[in-house]
Amino acid sequence: MTIKFQKIRKHYDGAAAITDFNLDIQQGELVLLLGPSGSGKSTILKMLNRMVSHDGGHIFFNGQDINSFNVQDLRRRMGYAMQSVGLFPHRTVGHNIATVPRLLGWDAQRVQARVNELLQLLAMDPKQYAGRYPHQLSGGQQQRVGVARAMAADPDVLLMDEPFGALDPVTRAALQLQLKKIHRATGQTILFVTHDIDEALLLATRIVLLNHGRIVQMGTPLELLQQPTNDFVADFLGRADLGLKQLSLRPIAPHIKAIEGTEPIHTISHTVTFKEAISHMATLHVSSLRVVNADGTVLGQVHATDLLETSDV
Amino acid sequence: MSLSLVQRSNPVLALYVALAIGAVGGLPFLRVAPNRLLSGEPVYLWDVLQQLGSQQVDALLLGLVVLLCIAVWQPGQRLIQAFIILTMAASLSGVWLLAGQFASSAIQAGNPLLRTSLGAGFWTLAALAWLIALDAIARVQLPTLPRLLLQSAFFLPLLLLLNEGQRLSIAQEFANQRDVFGPAILRHLQIVFLAVVPALVIGLLLAWRMTRTRSLRQALFPILNVIQTIPSIALFGLLMAPLAWLAVQLPALGRAGISGVGIAPAVIALFLYALLPIVRSALTGLEQVPAEAVNAARAMGMSARQLLWQVELPLALPVLLIGLRSAVVQTTGLAAVSALVGAGGLGQIMFDGLFSAANELVILGVIPIVLLAMMADTFFKVLSSLIKTRP
Amino acid sequence: MPFKAPRPWAKRLGFSAAALLLLAYGLPYSQPLFAALFPLLPRPVYLQEPMAELMWQHIGLVLVSSSVAVVIATLAGLATTSKTGSAFKPLMETLAAMGQTFPPVAVLAVAVPAVGFGELPALIALSIFGVLPVLQATLAGLASVPTPVLDSARAMGMSPRHILTEVQIPLALPIWLAGVRTSVVVNIGTAAIASTVGAKTLGLPIIIGLSGFNTAYVLQGAMMVALLAIAADLAFDWLATALHGHTRSADNQA
Repeated sequence: MTIKFQKIRKHYDGAAAITDFNLDIQQGELVLLLGPSGSGKSTILKMLNRMVSHDGGHIFFNGQDINSFNVQDLRRRMGYAMQSVGLFPHRTVGHNIATVPRLLGWDAQRVQARVNELLQLLAMDPKQYAGRYPHQLSGGQQQRVGVARAMAADPDVLLMDEPFGALDPVTRAALQLQLKKIHRATGQTILFVTHDIDEALLLATRIVLLNHGRIVQMGTPLELLQQPTNDFVADFLGRADLGLKQLSLRPIAPHIKAIEGTEPIHTISHTVTFKEAISHMATLHVSSLRVVNADGTVLGQVHATDLLETSDV
Repeated sequence: MSLSLVQRSNPVLALYVALAIGAVGGLPFLRVAPNRLLSGEPVYLWDVLQQLGSQQVDALLLGLVVLLCIAVWQPGQRLIQAFIILTMAASLSGVWLLAGQFASSAIQAGNPLLRTSLGAGFWTLAALAWLIALDAIARVQLPTLPRLLLQSAFFLPLLLLLNEGQRLSIAQEFANQRDVFGPAILRHLQIVFLAVVPALVIGLLLAWRMTRTRSLRQALFPILNVIQTIPSIALFGLLMAPLAWLAVQLPALGRAGISGVGIAPAVIALFLYALLPIVRSALTGLEQVPAEAVNAARAMGMSARQLLWQVELPLALPVLLIGLRSAVVQTTGLAAVSALVGAGGLGQIMFDGLFSAANELVILGVIPIVLLAMMADTFFKVLSSLIKTRP
Repeated sequence: MPFKAPRPWAKRLGFSAAALLLLAYGLPYSQPLFAALFPLLPRPVYLQEPMAELMWQHIGLVLVSSSVAVVIATLAGLATTSKTGSAFKPLMETLAAMGQTFPPVAVLAVAVPAVGFGELPALIALSIFGVLPVLQATLAGLASVPTPVLDSARAMGMSPRHILTEVQIPLALPIWLAGVRTSVVVNIGTAAIASTVGAKTLGLPIIIGLSGFNTAYVLQGAMMVALLAIAADLAFDWLATALHGHTRSADNQA
């Protein structure tokens, strides 16, 4: 499955909104369209499923121009989740999720199985939730159902338009982690739009940073943090926090050393990132920690200066 | 993706033009009868034009059709829309002028008893002129107040030329009934006033009490709803017997004009009908007053009455006006039915016309009622928009 | 959809329907009662036509005109959802709004010069006037469908016809039904007034009573019309509850 945006242009009322947008998306990527309000990121997303038309250039889906598809067939192969969710209020959770599979003619058993599978994937007990109505769910639960509904027919690509933007920080964090797990487990291709830099850094395999309808920089999260091409990128990523943000992306595991001298008293799990390790050290007013695995076996130690002075590049 | 043909043009206007052409060709513009008793012979628009023999009018008409066709294909141009509004106002007064002149010349030609009445064609063309103008006014996209003013100003040319139609049967009927009209309108307004003002006062009071006492609300709303469900004629009828009985028991009431017939059952029934929209909108208005404003006022030491007058009512006013508008318009229309129980008013003229098969009289009764209702509606809309513009 | 146990309204529906039938069929036997209430009237009970017959004719007139009105108005309203139809939406909204200012009597009165006396102008007038509340309710119901719901339906690849039947119509239904209810109840009242133009309905005793100064006739006719209107309104209320017992608003009222 491949998606290709080629020289995409769009204007509104004569003013150019999107200029020369090019992007190739491969199977399994989680590509993030990142940028301030008005940068055109939502518009680009909606061009892919033809909710918005493009004025110039071509968009190819598996090598075929999207305008040559029957628009409804095209949309049924793509999942779409948005901030306001848009669940059908007069249908149960189960029915909502089953919408596209039923449109595609799946038989009832297969539909039922898929609904249950998805609810469980999104940490909701099917027995409890499948029969409920949207107004009986919390905001976070509604969005989970929205994501489940988008994934229901096993789409080639999942389009997500700031889906977690309206949720409180705790729910948002939980759903972000859930999505990351799902992406790792299923290899679902996702095109995700957000203006939240931390969300982008957490989820993306690749970030496309946009401003005023143009691509400013494209790359992995680490690349953007370590080598911002210009001031806009550096500022958008949080200039003062660039270093700390980098730390949150690097796991400590490759940097565990054998214990020399006095063994540090406090421990930390081997799965954490640099950022968590340094944060823990700062809280305890120490500069080294003992690293243990899940059983409690000591694996070695990490030292603050080592963490700060080494790079993964 | 460019807009489809339908989206680029104005299909509504196309429909109107098609209807207008149909009306000119298929419906009689006027009906002419040699006297009052016989029914009229149809006269079509082109007959009228031929009779009056004016080439300028023909040229004007052609220009009008061309303008309209252009407007169908180019709905975006504001200038064209402005032209349309002007030409439609002219057309409205124009058809009246044509009808009036035809009637005048026909009477001069011979038979002084000749009755020229307005036919379906005339009414259709007048209505279409109004609708086309409304469409054009909407496309010019003005703010509320200027838009309402423009919609009202549309009728100005017609009003100025009203006298030109004095030989039409409808004008003659009006001349006959002239002395009746003034009192009828006054009586109609009196009924509306006597019903709405108490409804407003009591309705506000009730709504205010209802915000404090939940049980009152649960008891009262069903009653008001039931009253609203009962058809007006039935309610008038139901009130007649008790009021008649009351008038017999207390002769003083009868002397004051309160009895089973007349304006008493009408006003009481209309008062009851007006309560529901007023109470409902007052309640909604009071309830949507932000709690912060109320709390701030209380914290400043305002008494309950000061709170009501200075904070709650002003903030509830926009919603209340909507309910009041609905109540006044509804009452104006219902007051027409009250003529059946002897309340008089414009409904009396209408029913007199119905019972004596005098079509002109029916229309003469209906038009003022509709006009009054529309004027009340516009008045309140203007009031509402004025309140909105206040900071 | 689960059927909820009848709320108090259903009992009241039963009572009003019973009272209506009782009055309609029992009127001839109520002579002593009305004679006592109106001792001065030589004919205190309306016997010129069987009240029950008038009632059925009234119901018939309302049913036919309301059905016609509902069909026309609903189709017109639904037509505004298509691309061609949406151009006509402002016109329909204007018409629907005008319907609120126009008194129903006026439509009835205007029908006479056009069509004459009898059942036909009544039918035409009632149908035309009945269109307006239903049209307004159809438009309002369609407008009440939240935009995110429509967007997500489109994005999922539902065809426009599918969106109409699966999303828009079910969500617009409660408001639409309220409009039909208003239309029918107003129709019942206007049908009574239609007796002035020669239609044989429950308004006849009222009109005859008014012209003959027979308050008993007026009362009997008025009670019939009132009971019929109340019964119809309660029936719609019951219908609305049965259809939408599971919605959020039902939860709030429970």
